Amino acid sequence: MDAFILQILNGLDKGSAYALIALGLTLIFGTLGVVNFAHGALFMIGAFCAVFLQRILSLSFLTVDETRTDFLGNPMKVETPYVVDWFGPELGNAIIDWSVPLAILFAIPVMVFVGFVMERGLIKHFYKRPHADQILVTFGLAIVLQEIIKYFYGANPIPTPAPRALAGAFDIGTVIGFDANTIIYPYWRMIYFAFSLIIIGGVFGFLRYTTFGMVVRAGMADRETVGMLGIDIDRRFTLMFGIAAAVAGLAGVMYTPINPPNYHMGMDFLVLSFVVVVVGGMGSLPGAVLAGFLLGILESFASTSWATSALPGINQIIIYLVAIIVLLTRPRGLMGRKGVMEE
Amino acid sequence: MSKNILTRRGLMRTGAAAGAGLAMPTIFTGQVWSAAHSGYTNAPQGSTVTLGFNVPQTGPYADEGADELLAQQLAVEHLNGEGDGGCLNTFSSKALKGNGILGKKVQYVTGDTQTKSDAARASAKSMIEKDGAIMINGGSSSGVAVAVQGLCQEAGVIFMAGLTHANDTTGKDRKANGFRHFFNAYMSGAALAPVLAKEMGSDRRAYHLTADYNWGWTQEESIVASTEALGWETVNTVKTPLASTDFSSYITPVLNSGADVLVLNHYGGNMVNSLSNAIQFDLLSKQVNGKDFKIVVPLYSELMAAGAGENIKGVLGSMNYNWQLDNEGSKQFVKSFGEKYGKPPSNSAQTCYAQVLLYADACERAGTFNPCGVAEALEGFEFDGLGNGKTLYRAEDHQCFKDVLVVRGAENPTSAYDTLEIVEITPVDQVMYAPDHPMFGGAEAKLGECNPGA
Repeated sequence: MDAFILQILNGLDKGSAYALIALGLTLIFGTLGVVNFAHGALFMIGAFCAVFLQRILSLSFLTVDETRTDFLGNPMKVETPYVVDWFGPELGNAIIDWSVPLAILFAIPVMVFVGFVMERGLIKHFYKRPHADQILVTFGLAIVLQEIIKYFYGANPIPTPAPRALAGAFDIGTVIGFDANTIIYPYWRMIYFAFSLIIIGGVFGFLRYTTFGMVVRAGMADRETVGMLGIDIDRRFTLMFGIAAAVAGLAGVMYTPINPPNYHMGMDFLVLSFVVVVVGGMGSLPGAVLAGFLLGILESFASTSWATSALPGINQIIIYLVAIIVLLTRPRGLMGRKGVMEE
Repeated sequence: MSKNILTRRGLMRTGAAAGAGLAMPTIFTGQVWSAAHSGYTNAPQGSTVTLGFNVPQTGPYADEGADELLAQQLAVEHLNGEGDGGCLNTFSSKALKGNGILGKKVQYVTGDTQTKSDAARASAKSMIEKDGAIMINGGSSSGVAVAVQGLCQEAGVIFMAGLTHANDTTGKDRKANGFRHFFNAYMSGAALAPVLAKEMGSDRRAYHLTADYNWGWTQEESIVASTEALGWETVNTVKTPLASTDFSSYITPVLNSGADVLVLNHYGGNMVNSLSNAIQFDLLSKQVNGKDFKIVVPLYSELMAAGAGENIKGVLGSMNYNWQLDNEGSKQFVKSFGEKYGKPPSNSAQTCYAQVLLYADACERAGTFNPCGVAEALEGFEFDGLGNGKTLYRAEDHQCFKDVLVVRGAENPTSAYDTLEIVEITPVDQVMYAPDHPMFGGAEAKLGECNPGA
């Protein structure tokens, strides 16, 4: 039972990232009809917003410590962060320590801007082109973006830890009646799950309860009619692209303490997220979220040793296997509706 | 107003086509080796000789490749009599005079392995066929090393491997034209075992997470054999896909497995992520079977340590070389490398530097660039002064034998460069094995005949 609960937790945690990325992808599908293969790169850029802010906050000046030597035997140059010099060791180090949560505030405007530039600067020119062209151009854009990041930050992963107060793990087992040390789960992964629920709820609430969101939903259902009412739906859709970019970016920011970010991390999620979108139902926001968590949980269970010993390799194919089964039995995906994104 | 309609089938068709295109191998075999020289492939003409440095310049190991290339460029400088001479000053063989190799100025070309076997073969092939490279050196993966070694054997040039740790490189896949200076998985196990026994005792239960490819399998096999010889029990060995990024679903079963040691047979990004994930689950603060839980990472590198950050603190592993080694060769190399590049060398840089010098020295001692003459000069060669202490290039399998370092993530590093500290220098005698050892292909594993090419 404890193993079962742990895999459920793992699945919800993995599913959080899948759901957030797939949600952004679906928003772009639904509004602009664009297949955005650069969406994984937006997740990666979000993660590097956290890296960038950590580096900015850690900017240091050098002093020479004559009592110690470096690897060449010369007096050691010691780095002291400016924030430590300005605010004292306690507050200065705390600011650096909390760089990831602070990066959320930094990443939102950056990602909206990146999304806006991407949409206005490149993607809008491909709205009326075949989807193969859209895939090629956005995939190419993703490669360009990751090479830019690699140029500045290198290929090696960069440790970007959670604040020390939120590191470590919580013994959930003792709360729900199990023995100590049987069900423990990292604080940050639980925070990631809660954070994803807040973001998903925020996006749904924005679309459901604001006038802007209502117009966007109307545009998704019938773009031409909304346009004929004198509403500049294109402008709203551009903003939705920025919001989708911000959602992906925030998913990336919060992911950095889970795995140290590297320039390639967006590609690791891209294909999986597309499968999530297709399984959930093209253009269906609730479908994307549902499929994200569902596939995350299935992937976790497929990685257990009893699953891999019974069906070797199942951990590598489970998501695609589920996608095949869902598409055979429910061709529009779990929550796809007739007439949406169909010829 | 027109709009392109996206369909699931359309998307999946296009995606499949794009995927197939991306997966297409970059090299097609079938081209016959052409040799415009007499005697052996790419016999140097004129006053220069060309070496081929095949390192990852793109992909996840690009930083490691960049470090290898810096070391190779430094070696070329030293061979040509430029700079401070580096380890030419400390090398026990005095055949190298700083006037190139056999009087010919050394020049080099580079290739990008991308850490993909087919791409690495293509770049090595191009350097041999188009640029006239007479020796290929470098690389950061055993898959690449085995692939390029096979190509060099066919082409009739010498392959001086870079970072490759799988037993197979000088085991079942050994080749007469291929040579490895780097240590291997068996040696990691043999070096770590006494330290593990000393620090953790002989009554331990180990759980292995292993990257599911050739190197991971050979490392797991080696570590399991070494630790079981100590009396440890292996609770489980779980293979993890190479493409895995989040290891949480592999780590949570460890919690209730009864294991008190987690062995991570991972390298590069896999290792950074699996170790980070294990630390997130607070494994190191647990007590199991009345003992403190421990994590072991059998193969360390400086870049992995940098990527994992504070998570490596206290975690044991092994290395081929560390710049903190206190011998004359190491001190000289660190000085040359550090003064030129402003940082100490990594162990992949050191192995490439040593390999280039060893190749050049063998040419000088053999008096020829003919790969068969060079191979003969390297076989059974004993040397010192390149950073690792006394070393033997064993004739039977072309594997270097030298002391192996056991290292630990430092608790209080003073800079970005001393995140690993040397715990033990395991003497070479403890990591020796027979050339026909079962983990190395047994009696059937043969070098074959040296191929001079043309």
